[in-house]
Amino acid sequence: MGDLSIENLHVGFPSREGIVRAVDGINLSINSGEIVGLVGESGSGKSVTCNSILQLLPSPPARFGAGKIDWSGKNLLSQTEPSLQKIRGKEISMIFQDPMSSLNPYMTVLDQVAEPLVIHKICDWAEAKIRAKEILQKVGVTHVLKHPHSYPHEYSGGMRQRAMIAMALITKPNLLLADEPTTALDVTVQAKVLKILKELCLDLQVSVLFVSHDLGLVAELADRVVVMYRGKVVEENETQSIFRNPQHPYVKALIACRPTLESPKDYLPTVEDFMGETVEIQPSSSVHTLPKKNLDRSLPLLEAKKLVVQFHTDEGPLLAVDHVDLSIEYGKTLGLVGESGSGKTTLGRSILHLIKPTEGEIRFQGKIIGTDSFAKRNSLRKSMQIIFQDPYASLNPRLTIEQTLVEPMIVHQIGKSKNERLEKAIALLHEVGLGEEHLYRYPHEFSGGQRQRICVARALTTEPEFIVCDECVSAMDVSVQAQVLNLLKSLQRSRGLTYLFISHDLSVVKFMSDHIAVMQNGRVIENGPAEQIYNQPKESYTRKLIDAIPRANRSLNLTF
Amino acid sequence: MSTPTSSSLGKDAWDRLLANKMAMASLILLLLISILCMLGPVLSSHSFDQQNLDEVFQAPSFAHPFGTDNLGRDLFARTTYGGRISLLVGLLATLVSLLIGVTYGMVSGYAGGRLDAWMMRFVDVLYSLPFIIFVILLMVLFGRNFLLLFLAIGAVEWLTMARITRAQTLSLKRAEFIEAARALGYSHSRILFRHLLPNLIGPIIIYATLTVPAVMLLEAALSFLGLGVQAPMSSWGSLIQEGAEKMDAAPWLLLFPGSFFCLTLFALNFIGDGLRDALDPKHSKN
Repeated sequence: MGDLSIENLHVGFPSREGIVRAVDGINLSINSGEIVGLVGESGSGKSVTCNSILQLLPSPPARFGAGKIDWSGKNLLSQTEPSLQKIRGKEISMIFQDPMSSLNPYMTVLDQVAEPLVIHKICDWAEAKIRAKEILQKVGVTHVLKHPHSYPHEYSGGMRQRAMIAMALITKPNLLLADEPTTALDVTVQAKVLKILKELCLDLQVSVLFVSHDLGLVAELADRVVVMYRGKVVEENETQSIFRNPQHPYVKALIACRPTLESPKDYLPTVEDFMGETVEIQPSSSVHTLPKKNLDRSLPLLEAKKLVVQFHTDEGPLLAVDHVDLSIEYGKTLGLVGESGSGKTTLGRSILHLIKPTEGEIRFQGKIIGTDSFAKRNSLRKSMQIIFQDPYASLNPRLTIEQTLVEPMIVHQIGKSKNERLEKAIALLHEVGLGEEHLYRYPHEFSGGQRQRICVARALTTEPEFIVCDECVSAMDVSVQAQVLNLLKSLQRSRGLTYLFISHDLSVVKFMSDHIAVMQNGRVIENGPAEQIYNQPKESYTRKLIDAIPRANRSLNLTF
Repeated sequence: MSTPTSSSLGKDAWDRLLANKMAMASLILLLLISILCMLGPVLSSHSFDQQNLDEVFQAPSFAHPFGTDNLGRDLFARTTYGGRISLLVGLLATLVSLLIGVTYGMVSGYAGGRLDAWMMRFVDVLYSLPFIIFVILLMVLFGRNFLLLFLAIGAVEWLTMARITRAQTLSLKRAEFIEAARALGYSHSRILFRHLLPNLIGPIIIYATLTVPAVMLLEAALSFLGLGVQAPMSSWGSLIQEGAEKMDAAPWLLLFPGSFFCLTLFALNFIGDGLRDALDPKHSKN
């Protein structure tokens, strides 16, 4: 009872080039009570596999080939919709990635958690609500006990994901499918949610299929790990063995490319290094010659003094940035870490005057900015740029790459002729590891990592001295993250760039930064050289951020 | 590796539109209807207002391909003549409403805050004016005038367009690529027309194709009130109205103008869908 076995599963999607084999003949089994990690980068077919189990893929377009998914003697691929509905949520439950959109905003949290019991006719509403309160208490959503009529928007992302876990487990299913359940959460919240998930599943003897792009994370809780690459299973082993002795080069790469707090500071290994592929053109530093500028390097490039940003909310004024002092030297990187809501993004944008600071002053190259007119501020925009978190949202989908790269040059009157600008755009593409053939394509034709490279190229069109990187690798797979971090590092060396690097992930910040500032509730609570922050943190909050980073080697001695 | 060629959204869109069979067939059909409407009254041996009381309610025949009406007027001449007015009103008034509505809605949504609130309250005020009273007011002020028809219809139709555009703008202006444009120092008008507008095109086109028939029927209602098209002049809207009254006695009076009206709307909808897809780079063939 409760064993799942996937045999020779094929799932394809029709496209213009023919059928794309998203899942290409995989075998996978989950024994009862076992926690299995399914790891792979985006596009590897891991989510398609996960969604196939409950037949949640829209079909068409999805096409299933030969093969079967066996669940207690039934082939799930050939079940009718009504009989699938009896299995979904009762025998097999699922948790999704985005806690912000996977709860119904018009229904109270308590009702939503209780609902599966009523739908599957296990008990009536009154009883269901009592049980829902019990399980919500177990996962730590205590707010609901005092406020039974609260709605999802009153909860944080972490609390919502805990409620999702409660909802999935309230029917005591035999199998839980968790599709990247903590990817959208901060590292500290992620650690808590994983702990609760693991404890509750062990307690209820639920087997788990845990899908993630992050091998280090999966290692924290899985008994066995299955690694997928391009629709196929490339390696499968006990968690400990896979880390001690990885066989497939792709798996070796996955283990190596996540920055640890101990990684060297200049280069991260990437998947390409291990697979022996030269997919990306290596960034060439010779393309660009640094413009000689007469800059006074004795002063910090950027200084913020007593910076305050205040928002007006329904509950009254909110200090998103609370008297922050910062300074960044030429050619250095200041890392800014903190959980979501700590004000780090607001701080980054107020430095660029994308959000107007309420009080305080910002000096750039010694000059106060922000008090002058729009035109002057726009010329300042030439020297200060930003790279955003989501490379899918930060490129205009209706402009070709050429248009995207040439437009800033037109606005800021860089380059004399059309040809000169075009040449410069091509040079920039080479510099970020793309090529001339990419000029006339649209953003949707690129992968997430390539798009972020285009965003980097766009930020460089105006030859800025200073770039704010706002969570610019947080939405990426670890393997792609390594490539973008390497690119940013090499550009810093060749162009002498100065970065403000914002992230919630201390391991990434540590890799990138010379100095680190830790933010909590709008204030910078700790500030110092990167090594010092990591080795001798003064604040317990910083300690917490360091501890929350999943580390494969540490989890082998299992911390939970 | 393909050699890169310079391209722009406009050229790409045109190529994609050419490749869309339904849209191209519709475009040709619409062109044929327009040509027929322009030449029909000239080619026909009967004039659109020539009455012949010996030949009332005649079924379609060789002499009168679409039959005749209660005054013995040739329906072919009347339908094609009416097409001139209907197409002109339908397309021009829609264009006017697009121009005003999209600009107004975009500015309002992008500016936000107090300006947005005032601009939208102004729209509410115009919405609450009864249309007929508004038209009578215009008539009193300017007298009877064919141009007034465009003005009156355009003045009503842009309101909804402005609302839709504003709502879309509000959700789109928070997108990171708009923020990226601000961070690069682009001017507001550049952001509005180069970065926002192309991304609003989908819903705008869908609403525009809904506006054309609405406008043509509004014209019929106005003509019924005595503003705009006067008998013996005709339009599809007024012909359909007459035809509907005499449907049991002479069904062709409804059938022919109705079919023209219908075919035009089909064609416009397919062209609209084709345009929307053509302007979306994601529908690219390669």
